Amino acid sequence: MLHSPIDRVASATPPAIAARIRGLSDRAIAWLFVAPSIVLLLAINIFPLIWTIRLSFTNFRVNRPNAPIEFVGLRNYINILSDSDIWQSMQATAHFLIWTIVLQVLIGFSLAYLINKKFRGNDLWTTIIVLPMMLSPAVVGNFWTFLYQPQIGLFNYVVGFLTGNDPSSFSMIASTSLAPWAIVIVDTWMWTPFVMLICLAGLRSIPNSIYEAAECDRASKWRQFWTITIPLVLPFLMLAVLFRGIENFKMFDLVVQLTGGGPGSITELTSVNLKRAAFEQWRTGYASAYAVILFVTVFGLASIYVKALNKVKQR
Amino acid sequence: MKSLLLSSALAAGMYIAVAAGTASHAQAADLTLCWAAWDPANALVELSKDFEAKSGNKMHYEFVPWPNFADRMLNELNSGGKLCDLLIGDSQWIGGAAENKQYVKLNDFFDKEGIKMDDFIPATVVGYAEWPKNSPNYWAMPAFGDVVGWTYRKDWFSRPELQAEFKKKYSRDLAVPKSWDELIDIARFFQGREIDGKKVYGAAIYTERGSEGVTMGAMNALYSYGFEYQNPKKPYELDGFVNSPDAVAGLEEYKKLYDCCTPPGHSDAYMTQDVDAYKSGQVALQMNFTFTWPGINADANVGGDKSGYFPNPAGPKGVQFAQLGGQGISVVAASDKQQEALDYIKWFSQPEIQQKWWKLGGYSALRAVVEDPSFASSQPYAKPFLDSMAIVKDFWAEPAYASLLQASQKRFHDYVVANQGSAKNALDGLVKDWQGVFEDDGKY
Repeated sequence: MLHSPIDRVASATPPAIAARIRGLSDRAIAWLFVAPSIVLLLAINIFPLIWTIRLSFTNFRVNRPNAPIEFVGLRNYINILSDSDIWQSMQATAHFLIWTIVLQVLIGFSLAYLINKKFRGNDLWTTIIVLPMMLSPAVVGNFWTFLYQPQIGLFNYVVGFLTGNDPSSFSMIASTSLAPWAIVIVDTWMWTPFVMLICLAGLRSIPNSIYEAAECDRASKWRQFWTITIPLVLPFLMLAVLFRGIENFKMFDLVVQLTGGGPGSITELTSVNLKRAAFEQWRTGYASAYAVILFVTVFGLASIYVKALNKVKQR
Repeated sequence: MKSLLLSSALAAGMYIAVAAGTASHAQAADLTLCWAAWDPANALVELSKDFEAKSGNKMHYEFVPWPNFADRMLNELNSGGKLCDLLIGDSQWIGGAAENKQYVKLNDFFDKEGIKMDDFIPATVVGYAEWPKNSPNYWAMPAFGDVVGWTYRKDWFSRPELQAEFKKKYSRDLAVPKSWDELIDIARFFQGREIDGKKVYGAAIYTERGSEGVTMGAMNALYSYGFEYQNPKKPYELDGFVNSPDAVAGLEEYKKLYDCCTPPGHSDAYMTQDVDAYKSGQVALQMNFTFTWPGINADANVGGDKSGYFPNPAGPKGVQFAQLGGQGISVVAASDKQQEALDYIKWFSQPEIQQKWWKLGGYSALRAVVEDPSFASSQPYAKPFLDSMAIVKDFWAEPAYASLLQASQKRFHDYVVANQGSAKNALDGLVKDWQGVFEDDGKY
């Protein structure tokens, strides 16, 4: 009599196979279980990566299936690294990355610090604050283009009201000096709550006993903040910076919806630039080289950063 | 027992009906037509009901919004996808689709069915059907004639007080502009003016950066000022033509219009944004493809007698051209139902169907329709449409058109909207970019 599903499966297994399985070592069985995941990983991540690296040395264009594919050596890499437009988009990306991280960390930590204090309705405030990050970036981008609209946009109205200027006298997304800030503001609005949540987790992980001990030692609030709160929250903050850094390095949808890379090419981040090369100009080999360069850059920076993070955690 | 018999008979009847339906359905083909999601596509759905009734084939549609249309459809063609049996693709795609055998060559089919390209407006044949250009190799049949033209607030223009003020200021009547300079004067006249208690602006023009907007707009000024894509005597010789002094003046004129006379925030506008600005009563003039005209004519706020239409005005030397839009209909080479797709084109080419197409809001490119004496007076925009179709020029239709377009988008937007550098710099840079693309393409 079969008692459990496992018994039923066991009895259904042909005796020859069952005998083979019985003969397997623990290590072999472990491999058997892990193998499907490894195969998937190879198929979905490793193979495309190797294929991209291979294509990056060719002149292949996906819209020219009949054209011969020629090996062009490092030509794509040289062209990319000597292209001033690409350096401009790298600069735009760096501007976006640095300012969003600085603002999100400062505001996110401050909000977390405030929310961590016990006050009436703090759960409600937490919920309200985290709402923006639950929206789709494409929707947020679209939504903010209306807010930035010089004639009917709320943002322009508020700025106009505060400064006494005519709201329609400036356009956040049409001005070369304001457009980079327009996307920084939206990204900060959307993703500061994420940094806040990570910081909140960090703040709540600090045992009260440490503060109580500091109180006994008559340490001031300011000293407690700098010697207890900041060092203990720092690994969490660094983790937030890592997540936001990687995420913003490949920022695409928000920028496309907000400015389309414009005006001109002022807000054309590397991801937008790469998409244009790959799927609008159909320069597949060139775009592959571009993707490899970006991958190496992110991977390299992230590796250095993770090492630093580990050192901070070990302290 | 009686009810049992009755229900058995009913069930048997239903089974036979369903089986018969399925059988007849199996014999007919399900065709998918791909196009952009816009008003003319809805008109085509209505029109195609006649084809479905006559052929027994069932039509399905894949309509993609304009901003994603090229991405979606070119991906489909490049991957050899079988989604579309028929594709109404943009005119610039012809070169690539022909060279990569993504469209079926239609010469034999046209010969067999007696479809003559001479029966269509010549510019649409060159623009939508031929590759190489000006050679009798046809990859599409002109399906929808379109061109950039202008809409204006006829009701504002006819106000006596505005007429008088304009005449005093410019010593001429406030009327349809004949030149770009006159157009800018009019736009400037309306800019920031209060009409019926509302602040209005001069002109809604194309400035979009992402796809093709600013190029499709600026080219109208450039063409009329004397821009040439290449040396007419030596293909792919660009220097001195793309960046000629006339071309530079044309680009400066377009920027002048953008700077002086567009509504605030009009820095990334294409077809939809221009229509919105016009229909909401914000602007006196609107640049747009003529496909928008039937919708404007029917609009409750600005339609009927309130709006007028005119072709792109001339440049200072009297040269007058307009940017071609519109598309041809092609059979996708990867389709398994090429014969049925060809049947559709054969049906669509019939003069009575083309006549009906025009009546439903589609711009027929068949000469029998547009040269009919009643055509010009059939709609208020029919004559301006014909006049506009007579002065068209099209962007590169080279297989590398996308790279060429990306370069002009960047150069024009950098100069016109982002205020970077001069028109000469922009066009010199464009020559360099285009030469690079052609060099990659082995044209030099």
